[in-house]
Amino acid sequence: MEQNPEYVIEMLHITKEFPGIKANDDITLQLRKGEIHALLGENGAGKSTLMSVLFGLYQPEQGEIRKNGQPVKIDSPNDATALHIGMVHQHFKLVDVFTVLDNIILGAEDTRMGFLQKKDARKKVQALSEQYGLHVDLDAKVEDITVGMQQRTEILKMLYRDNEILIFDEPTAVLTPQEIEELMQIMKNLAAEGKSILFISHKLNEIMEVSDRVTVLRKGKYVGTVDTASTTKEELSRMMVGRPVQLVVDKSPAQPKEPVLTVQGLCVPSRIHKHDAVKDVSFTVHAGEIVCIAGIDGNGQTEFVQALTGLERASAGHIELCGHDITHQSIRARSQAGMSHIPEDRHKHGLVLDFTLEQNMVLQRYYEPRFQNHGFIRFDAVRSYAEDLIRRYDVRSGQGPVTIARSMSGGNQQKAIVAREIDRDLPLIVAVQPTRGLDVGAIEYIHGQLVAQRDAGKAVLLVSLELDEVMNLSDRILVMYEGEIVGELDPKKTTVEELGLYMAGAKRQGKERASA
Amino acid sequence: MKEKTPLLQRDGARSVLASLISIVIGLAAGSLVVLLVGLFNSGMGLKAAWEGIRLIFLGLFSTGRNATGGLSFGFNPVTFGNMLFRATPLIMTGLSVAVAYKTGLFNIGAPGQYLAGTAATLFIALEIPSSAVPTWIIWILAFLGGMAAGALWGAIPGLLKAMLNINEVLACIMTNWISANLVTWVFDVSNLKNTVENTKTAYIYKTTFNGVETPKMFLDKIFPGSQVNGGILIAAVLAVAMYILFSKTTLGYELKACGANRHAAKYAGIKDKRSIVLSMAIAGAMSGAGAALYYLAGNTEFFWSTYQSLPATGFNGIPVALLAVCNPIAVIFTGMFMSMLDIAGQQLTALTAYNEYITDVIIAVIVYLSAFSLVIKLWLGGRAKKKAGPKPDANAEDPAPVPDAAAGKEGEE
Repeated sequence: MEQNPEYVIEMLHITKEFPGIKANDDITLQLRKGEIHALLGENGAGKSTLMSVLFGLYQPEQGEIRKNGQPVKIDSPNDATALHIGMVHQHFKLVDVFTVLDNIILGAEDTRMGFLQKKDARKKVQALSEQYGLHVDLDAKVEDITVGMQQRTEILKMLYRDNEILIFDEPTAVLTPQEIEELMQIMKNLAAEGKSILFISHKLNEIMEVSDRVTVLRKGKYVGTVDTASTTKEELSRMMVGRPVQLVVDKSPAQPKEPVLTVQGLCVPSRIHKHDAVKDVSFTVHAGEIVCIAGIDGNGQTEFVQALTGLERASAGHIELCGHDITHQSIRARSQAGMSHIPEDRHKHGLVLDFTLEQNMVLQRYYEPRFQNHGFIRFDAVRSYAEDLIRRYDVRSGQGPVTIARSMSGGNQQKAIVAREIDRDLPLIVAVQPTRGLDVGAIEYIHGQLVAQRDAGKAVLLVSLELDEVMNLSDRILVMYEGEIVGELDPKKTTVEELGLYMAGAKRQGKERASA
Repeated sequence: MKEKTPLLQRDGARSVLASLISIVIGLAAGSLVVLLVGLFNSGMGLKAAWEGIRLIFLGLFSTGRNATGGLSFGFNPVTFGNMLFRATPLIMTGLSVAVAYKTGLFNIGAPGQYLAGTAATLFIALEIPSSAVPTWIIWILAFLGGMAAGALWGAIPGLLKAMLNINEVLACIMTNWISANLVTWVFDVSNLKNTVENTKTAYIYKTTFNGVETPKMFLDKIFPGSQVNGGILIAAVLAVAMYILFSKTTLGYELKACGANRHAAKYAGIKDKRSIVLSMAIAGAMSGAGAALYYLAGNTEFFWSTYQSLPATGFNGIPVALLAVCNPIAVIFTGMFMSMLDIAGQQLTALTAYNEYITDVIIAVIVYLSAFSLVIKLWLGGRAKKKAGPKPDANAEDPAPVPDAAAGKEGEE
């Protein structure tokens, strides 16, 4: 058996073209029974396309798909389901107002004389959830449960349909670290029970932890398949990006100069509970340094940033930017006083998704004389500016400046925002989770840009949930816990473990913390 | 990238074609009704049905019946001019719906705004004594007053949406009926009731009573004997102005950004609340202007006891806007098309045993289909693709596995 491995699924020499681009160019992927096979590639490498081919959403121009050695034709997701191929999409396909159980059986309901028979279904689902450790409340409505539970519902949905081949499309992008750990365990359980798993990801840590083998794609081409045990993160990222990637940011010591942003005793009321989400926060960011606010998600970072940028009102305290008191200023006034803002949620705040790329590129400065003349937009100026940004910041899109933002990949959407904000050349850059959901190449790029801005004398306030990013990028770390700054750390003198203790609220510095 | 895209792959061409298909299917459905009614009615038969069908398609060019009793067709300046006259308010309410839609709002409040505009226009036109003020000044005041009243009536749902996040559709439905009752009451207690011609009840004086009338702008020379006046030109100018406002100016950019993603607009420092109110006010002003142009014509009189019904002109703005895919310039033509159907209906009533309600069937089918225009567009796109080889028009950086509308919406609560 070992010398002649049985493949449950083979995708041989798959080629799929789109206008102007070969999304998949002669790609071969072979999945063994009971293995966790990672599919690794940058945003836009063709991972999703390949999986869509397997799931019957796209028909390849060339190539062959085999199941257990037999050639099969998959023309629609129904064919894929019939072959016991199931997929957990990155954005879940659940009915919010249905219960978990209803969602699981939806589309595969047992009926007798037109009436739903849920009893057997409930038993089967309960058995499955016991077997694989997938704990969910079957009677809770989907809208009331956490993202992690929703994902487990999706997994149960696949298992309920007796799927043998499970595709996970970037399953960890939406999860908290704890949920990611649980998911990893679930995937291992599934594989141990003989399910074959295709795991799409660009997060190297997860791939190293959970997968048996890795297939790497780059720009639509097949790079290779390696055993996880015999490779390293550096090797994988080199395969993925095509050049050695610096997983650690290379930067010289900071040269802090004059203070740019001073926050004094800031309090922000919470929208969820009666207490303040941000309590008496004070700190200063100087020109030429990167200060990072670290913390576990939901400890007031979002509210703090909203108050800082003017999206929400602060209930107490002062904010001073470049010597101006901006506490009660409008968003536009803050922006003009010298604040650029890479927002946490690129779809909600960062982009108008139905606008073109060029319209989005001037979102913050369409009113400047450069781009308008007596209220009339200067389209030629907008176009040439957008083209310039696209070129200088390497924002890739199908149709250049006239691409609809919605159709761009997440990484390039983020790059467009970063380009727009950095290019405004303002003294303060507020970057909130600037690399969320991005691949190593894009992360390296954005980190490089932020460091370059620091070196150019900008003050950078970074808010991040990623420990690696916090440790790598910042010159000073402020840890936020339950709305308070509980510690100020020097990344060179501290460890990830110590940082974790502060973030978890197990450790805190006294009130006398130097707020310089 | 600069190469010429095939016609069917161009978005604009597909939109136009989708609308044309809707229109043709709508006319065909109307013809079918005419045919069935003709065949199953003892007094009519196939010949009458054929006449009805010809009038549906060519009603605008009908010149009545000739000596032998057959239908005759040709250029008829009267019907043509009347078509333009009736198109005027439809273009304006169409614009009203279209500009609101461009900013992400569904303005179903056009009837109420239209009524508000009507009341303000008539009051100003009739109450300012033409003995003291030149009539052209009264005309301008009445026109602006109508626009302002419409804008105010549009701004109310806008304010409710901006401040309290109340869905504008609900607020519009309510303001529509408030407007209907308010206007009825206001005229009930006014002294503008037409008591001179006592064969009439519940009618307001024509504005010509006070000498106020929209100038003809030579259109009466082109279409002698018709009701046409310069209003159609003013409507066209406003349509072009709306086009410029929404596609060329920073204000239009702000309003559209706010409509497409309020959060992102706010993030970029655009005053989101102001934008929503302003969008609705502009939309309302268009409806109000439509009413002003209609009632300032001088040959129209207003039936004020309107509390039980809303003006159809307001609602018909919705199909006008939908057919035009909310393009302000296209609204000029779809407004004329709708008015043409109106004329065809009149001709049916006048010349055959059919009545004008057949055209309601046509409009209904077209409204139905314009809701499907996206489907038709996609279908057209699919055909173009098949011809040009398998190429989706989206760029394919990383094609999402499914056209995932939910993915984008997700962040917007």
